[in-house]
Amino acid sequence: MAQKPIRFTHNGAERAVFVEEGANLLDVLRRGVGDLTPKYGCGQGTCGACTVIVDGAPRLSCLTLAETVDGGRVDTVAGLAEGNRLSALQEAFMSHFAAQCGYCTDGMLMSATALLKDNPRPTREEVVEAISGNLCRCTGYEAIIEAILTAAGSGGARRAG
Amino acid sequence: MAVTVETYATLAEAQRAMAGGRARFLGGGTILMRALNEADPSISTIVRATDPALRQIRPEGGEIMIGAGVTMAELARHRDTAFLAPVARVIGGPQVRAAATVAGNLFAAAPYGDMAAALLALGATIETADGRRQPIEELMRPSGSGAGGLVAAVRVADPRGAFHFCKVSRVKPKGVSLISIAALLPRPGGRIERPRIVFNGMGPRPVRAAEAERALEGRSLDAAAIAAAARAAAEGFDPPDDALASAWYRREVAGVHLARLLTGIR
Amino acid sequence: MAIEFRKDLFADERDDDLNEIGKPTQRQDMLGHVTGRSPFYDDHLFDGLCHIRCARSPHHHARIRRVDTSAAERMPGVRRVITARDVPHNLNTLLSLLDFGLDDEELIASERVAYKGEPVAAVIADTERQAREACRAVRVDWEALPHVLDVEEAIKPGAPAVNPAYPGNLFVYHGKYDHQKLRYGDVEAALRTADHVVTGRYQMSPIEQAPIETCGAIAAPETNDRFVCYTSTQALFFSLGTAVKLLDVSSARLHFIGGTVGGGFGGKVDSLHEPMAILGTMLTGRPCKYMFDREEEMQVGAPRGAERWYLTDGVMNDGRIVARKFVGYFDAGATTRLSSYAIIKGVGHLPGPYTIPNVYADVYCVFTNRTPATAMRGFGVTGVDFAIESHMDEVADTIGMDPIELRILNAYRDGDMKAHRRLAKNTALVECCQVAAGKAGWGLSQAARAASSLTGGGGARAELPAFTATDEHGRVAGFSSGSYAQGGRPAEPTGRGDPRPAPGSAPRPEPRHEPPRHEPPRHEPSRTPEPRREPAYAGAPPRPEPPSPAPPAPGEPPRRAPTRFSSISGLRRR
Repeated sequence: MAQKPIRFTHNGAERAVFVEEGANLLDVLRRGVGDLTPKYGCGQGTCGACTVIVDGAPRLSCLTLAETVDGGRVDTVAGLAEGNRLSALQEAFMSHFAAQCGYCTDGMLMSATALLKDNPRPTREEVVEAISGNLCRCTGYEAIIEAILTAAGSGGARRAG
Repeated sequence: MAVTVETYATLAEAQRAMAGGRARFLGGGTILMRALNEADPSISTIVRATDPALRQIRPEGGEIMIGAGVTMAELARHRDTAFLAPVARVIGGPQVRAAATVAGNLFAAAPYGDMAAALLALGATIETADGRRQPIEELMRPSGSGAGGLVAAVRVADPRGAFHFCKVSRVKPKGVSLISIAALLPRPGGRIERPRIVFNGMGPRPVRAAEAERALEGRSLDAAAIAAAARAAAEGFDPPDDALASAWYRREVAGVHLARLLTGIR
Repeated sequence: MAIEFRKDLFADERDDDLNEIGKPTQRQDMLGHVTGRSPFYDDHLFDGLCHIRCARSPHHHARIRRVDTSAAERMPGVRRVITARDVPHNLNTLLSLLDFGLDDEELIASERVAYKGEPVAAVIADTERQAREACRAVRVDWEALPHVLDVEEAIKPGAPAVNPAYPGNLFVYHGKYDHQKLRYGDVEAALRTADHVVTGRYQMSPIEQAPIETCGAIAAPETNDRFVCYTSTQALFFSLGTAVKLLDVSSARLHFIGGTVGGGFGGKVDSLHEPMAILGTMLTGRPCKYMFDREEEMQVGAPRGAERWYLTDGVMNDGRIVARKFVGYFDAGATTRLSSYAIIKGVGHLPGPYTIPNVYADVYCVFTNRTPATAMRGFGVTGVDFAIESHMDEVADTIGMDPIELRILNAYRDGDMKAHRRLAKNTALVECCQVAAGKAGWGLSQAARAASSLTGGGGARAELPAFTATDEHGRVAGFSSGSYAQGGRPAEPTGRGDPRPAPGSAPRPEPRHEPPRHEPPRHEPSRTPEPRREPAYAGAPPRPEPPSPAPPAPGEPPRRAPTRFSSISGLRRR
């Protein structure tokens, strides 16, 4: 089967992998790179469990043709912590019990990371909008929203939205 | 069957690679990648173009030129396309908007295609890879020629406050449209002149509501005119029965939502 | 959203000295979740992993004339195509591990499919894409059969027979009846003397659990002739036992690893993925993954089943409910899975959290050509609770009473006898209603505000009914009543159509022979069961026990307070 070499920056590190033509980024990250943090939930852009950040924007890795990230930059949950030091978002997710089964959590974290990068002090409404592409079937949305607001340090603006 | 992906620097080259009709063009991938993930047997060759011109938005000759590959997120952000931001912002979630393109939306089957409905209401012009221009109606016509090659850009005039849009969905934010309504209502001297009202979700493609337009032509936007347009809204439509809503429901609420949209206009 | 602890309620029943309850404690798996390191089954990488996908029925009901896998086997990347004859013991029912129900489901259909999406072949290929392409190349010669999708249609005479194990399209309870019975007091007599009779029909559609992680399993060869299986199952030992049975292999050869489930909600107990993945590994010697895609999860994955309920209440002008009658239909879909059990649980719950002196229920587990139903969060109780509470509002409306006052008036209290013949304890519906009304700013009468779960119960309300009307309608023959239904079924059941021997008696099931179906003598349940005292027994089949005109009925526990199923925490301090 035809394979193509691609290079991209993955959580700050250079990666060079061969990808099968037509492969999606989710499969390449999981099987090719060994980054298991993005999850398969639907393969059709409905659930958001596979969300990663490509060149600064949140993207569904299952709907991203892998070779389109050639030369680009891909960030995932695997790059959020520095060693044992969790990111503010990860800390807030822990302290707010913002995960139940944990399967949507990686996608939620990446959508939230993308939001806070562009909008460090979002309103509650903006948080809801930012995670609207991520489904949580354990219905932990409230805890997730609170966690993101806390991580943003915008606790005072919570009710403003 | 292995898939082949061909990448070209220009749209013209991509257009040549499309000859023969076997290849599919990759825009943002939100529709094509899903089919690919499902191993759709009709897809064997994928063509893409990296031409930066496809990502441009710029004023040109009194119109706004929107490159075919401009994403919903870019449309929602760009100053020159602020009138389209209310449409772009309600398409998909943030991840979809970061990928989905304006040209891709022109070919998206219902329940998608809200941007196509907006562009149809705005009377946009479609520019193809060979430089030809055609009114968007040509592309949207169910049995129309349509086959003008790859879309290079969409040109649209700033409606200067005369454009209105609403999307009806069960889930907010991010739910798909049961129906959406895009309306261009120029009112020089207070009277509606050549209105363009488009429904998405009332058929396989966005379609103009000719009877509702007729009901508004030449009238001021008052309660009587709105009521007349609402009564005529569903005329001539054969909406689908699907998991989102029944045909009956769509017919019943089409006029209700049109009336709400029109009533909300100051 | 802080939790509000109402420690003022039942305050004298506990010492408020707990160190953990009521205080947040970090989950042990949280660090794994926020760092993306929690090991879901699909997070185990295997070199050379093969992918299994199924060719599925496009029909609700069809005979399989022929399955031709030759073209699929020649497709690129295909290692093997599995069909029914490759499954060592291709017949099971999930609850057979509990000796509950007849084996009634194949892992891969052999001669007939009974729901849309039922697998007829499984392709093992090097890539998922190749497996998908090869599935399309599996040729099946179908003969579409008439199908039935509605529970009440399915039990009418002449309805298509859905499942050969249960020719009447009804699960058999206790080897005796085509429905689960509850008889407590004399509902018909009470309805005749009630001031009002309120009837209602309620139904609930199937609900898909829709976990974000779809169901799946990966199997791989391990050392010492064992197989390891990573699975998303919610029921690891169910899945292990089911795999052992279907694959006819010792459990010592299977090494199951689970525990990290990407959402289950009941939908990951059916244990279909583990045996298929292991079978693939056994047949190819390669690690194999079998995973639902999202469409399969929604269409083929077993949902919470649909339910339909008919309720009839006898109510007095003062609001006391004196009789409540249920006729319920659970849509099991094409096979039993857990629907039979859901009904046992549901009937134990009737008539809801109310003390009603006369209760009657006939609840049917019906087979239709829908996707088999299974567990989901409180299944068996949720649907009928919706019916009960909707009906309470109807009753309140009929007699012009406030709906919360009606609930408080009829609420069970500590010490009341319940219809399943156990005393109620630790009841709290009254207080729940009072708090809810308070939160909603809903005015209650002085009497309703003064009511308490601790008072007003027991005494005469602790007594079993002086008389319980029983009946024999829905009696079936030919099924063993020694246990629930499994095991002792005679080879020549009387009055039933299916001549197959009991599957448990043979290591391999015989292929299902269904030549042009000569309609078996059908058992038809009476649609309008009337629990009359005398006539019901006339002409009925011989009863194992004599009629019981006086309490306690045979097999009923003594009237004393129950001791079984009690626990320290379950008993209110007195």
